[in-house]
Amino acid sequence: MPSIIKAEKLGYYYVKYSDDSENPELINAIRSIDLSVERGEFIAVLGHNGSGKSTLAKHINALLVPSEGTMWIDGVDTGQEEDLWKVRQKAGMVFQNPDNQIIGTVVDEDVGFGPENLGVPTDDIWKRVDDALSKVGMLGFRDRSPGKLSGGQKQRVAIAGVVAMQPECIVLDEPTAMLDPNGRKEVLQVVRDLNKQEGVTVILITHYMEEVVFADHVYVMDGGQIVMEGTPREVFSQVDVLKSYRLTVPQVTELAYELKTAGVPLPEGILTIDELVEALC
Amino acid sequence: MLIELKNVSYTYGTGTVYEVSALENINLNIGEGEFIGVIGHTGSGKSTLIQHFNGLIRPSSGQVLFAGKDIWEPGYDLRSLRTHVGLVFQYPENQLFETDVLKDVMFGPKNQGLTLEECESRARAALNQSGVPEELYSASPFEISGGQKRRVAIAGVLAMDPEVLILDEPTAGLDPAGRDELLGQIKYLRDKRGITVILVTHSMEDVAQYASRLLVVHEGRIAFDGPPKKVFMNYRELETMGLAAPQITYIMHALREKGLMVDVSATTVAEAKRSILLALSRRASEKQE
Repeated sequence: MPSIIKAEKLGYYYVKYSDDSENPELINAIRSIDLSVERGEFIAVLGHNGSGKSTLAKHINALLVPSEGTMWIDGVDTGQEEDLWKVRQKAGMVFQNPDNQIIGTVVDEDVGFGPENLGVPTDDIWKRVDDALSKVGMLGFRDRSPGKLSGGQKQRVAIAGVVAMQPECIVLDEPTAMLDPNGRKEVLQVVRDLNKQEGVTVILITHYMEEVVFADHVYVMDGGQIVMEGTPREVFSQVDVLKSYRLTVPQVTELAYELKTAGVPLPEGILTIDELVEALC
Repeated sequence: MLIELKNVSYTYGTGTVYEVSALENINLNIGEGEFIGVIGHTGSGKSTLIQHFNGLIRPSSGQVLFAGKDIWEPGYDLRSLRTHVGLVFQYPENQLFETDVLKDVMFGPKNQGLTLEECESRARAALNQSGVPEELYSASPFEISGGQKRRVAIAGVLAMDPEVLILDEPTAGLDPAGRDELLGQIKYLRDKRGITVILVTHSMEDVAQYASRLLVVHEGRIAFDGPPKKVFMNYRELETMGLAAPQITYIMHALREKGLMVDVSATTVAEAKRSILLALSRRASEKQE
């Protein structure tokens, strides 16, 4: 079986025109990216604003196609226009602002929009809607107006809309950036459950370092390239390197690092409160 | 007192079936030069609250005073109030519209009726204070990065020379370094120019780091009002309100439960480090005795 996501020497360029210069500029958003994600993995992508994470994410469901190199989703080349819908069905995307993604006036209609567009028979659409809403814990809200929901609930509806298309992988581009702490918790829990229980491959782009702790593998981007990769523990044990990329580590990791620097004997890359407490007490 | 709210209540959709009470009997005093954090879950009433500060919303009952004057008295100049109390909305970069950065920032002062020269010097000063580099002044506000757009939008409010700066989630979507830079800049403005800052945020870590006073809004009331350290001691109650404390608070409580005598009121990494090192050295000397 092929990797669910595979990129080889992936590059994306765009041309920037300005009024006063004769020569348009060629901007290199991402370049020479090699990536291979196996089915069922939970992947996190970190990077500062403008590092190329969203550009990479948009290649996964062919919202953008490579300027050079190749991206395969479950063996399908995203550059082949005739396979576009195949790719989009395999890889779904959730964006930052739930208000921009919800189009239905009632929750269940919104979730049914995707499968309807795939030409799924009506009875099956409703089955998929029920199933998707229950997976994100929003079945009780099916008759509600999305406008009346909290941020976390809206974002769960947006995720259900993707789940109803039965994708093999879901890409989430800063899904919690606009949410309060509870909303953040809810959304992250749903994403983890989809990954663990349903085996959906997850690509999570985030600026919240605490959300990355659960990932199987972390990629760090800078200047359009992948500059670090490894398990959360491997990546977060390099506090200074991360800071040089305008990133940080979870507070517990930073505290452990500071204590270690001050001479307290602690293991490398502590990720959770329990680990720190156990090491100190 | 700079801003005073006296028995302020606000109800949406009065007289309809959609009637919702958003604020109930709020009494609040905000002094000059304070750095106030405002937290509350989505729908708690915090946005309704801050829109009372510059007269965007008129209370259903109660009074709002600015510098001792009731802003809803007939004849009060609300227009000028809004230049004294600047409000930066969520995702302010969506409000940029001019052809270049400098012109965009000049829009506010122009509306205040200043001369073009004054507008430009105000705009330049504001851009400088917001940390926007000069080479971007002539760039289109649509081609600069997200973090820079946010700074330009904040400069647009600063250019009106407000005494109070209210920011609604100014760091949402910024990377960690961008978050620190922006908040550092705002703190610098407060320290240097003495402006009052009111920061609405979902980041407990930011509040712990920067605010000197924390307001917790819950179900249309002020549930807690005090220094962040004191408020975060009530972390269990905050959780029932859909909020949380900084991760550090949880670490300190967990350590204390396991018998390490640390200061549970620490809320930043630096404070926690100091307290843990102290507790460890005490424990070591006790063992020797």
